[in-house]
Amino acid sequence: MKARVIVTLKNGVLDPQGKAIEGALGGLGFDDVGSVRQGKVFDVELSGSDKEAARSELEAMCEKLLANTVIENYAIEIA
Amino acid sequence: MKTAVIVFPGSNRDRDMFHALELITGARPQSVWHTESTLPDVDLVVVPGGFSYGDYLRSGAIAARSPILKDLVAKAESGVSILGVCNGFQILTEAGLLPGALMRNAGLTFVCKEVKMETVNNATRFSSKFTKGQVWRCPVAHHDGNYFADADTLKQIEDSGQVVFRYADGTNPNGSINNIAGITNQKGNVLGMMPHPENLVEALNGGLDGRLLFESLLDQAA
Repeated sequence: MKARVIVTLKNGVLDPQGKAIEGALGGLGFDDVGSVRQGKVFDVELSGSDKEAARSELEAMCEKLLANTVIENYAIEIA
Repeated sequence: MKTAVIVFPGSNRDRDMFHALELITGARPQSVWHTESTLPDVDLVVVPGGFSYGDYLRSGAIAARSPILKDLVAKAESGVSILGVCNGFQILTEAGLLPGALMRNAGLTFVCKEVKMETVNNATRFSSKFTKGQVWRCPVAHHDGNYFADADTLKQIEDSGQVVFRYADGTNPNGSINNIAGITNQKGNVLGMMPHPENLVEALNGGLDGRLLFESLLDQAA
């Protein structure tokens, strides 16, 4: 089973890297860019086939390691 | 005062810390590899600076899940003094021993320079040898030192005197909220700071300003 975990910065947390990318896009002439926030994607392969069990396992992974919930949110997608 | 330093793959200020601790306490610190399960019986445990696990995932994130951390958490609960410097500060926040998080520097660049520190709380075991408001010199060398905490946490640590050191005189090198350079936990026995006091303990190396932090601990242990 394949899963994707997306980790993003919480609203209100300053993202200097996103800001720099935003500036660079503006410099390339992409004038419509309002703002950019940078995040992380983890593609995880799991051996089981129970989607609900996988989801709770992935949530535990996010809480324990993949995300720092002080500053980050996470979303889980299971294929 | 008996001390120990935890070493992770990628620690690089551990020897500076050994040297400073030996110089000031007169005794060689014990070195503890991150895969060990118990820390020795000491007065101070230091989590040194460096780039544990190459800063992969988030600075300090993987080191904070090392086997030795279980006993470090137990030591913190039992009141042993714990000092985290630079990557050590990042590890302590990732481990949940200190509130908040250390994010990429606001200027996005690695900063390696000297800053001014103000001791805003000298009623801690880490700062008793400073005078309140004392401004002192200290080197920094980091890429992720931008301290962040949500509004409630920030208010709580400010109100309870957990902010011990701030960057002074406009020398905040990383965009840290409220110019925060070092904080303790609620109980006051765990301190994390980005600057490197261990690098300013000998006149030969440019000054003695960092000694006061270690001498405060020495005083406490005596």
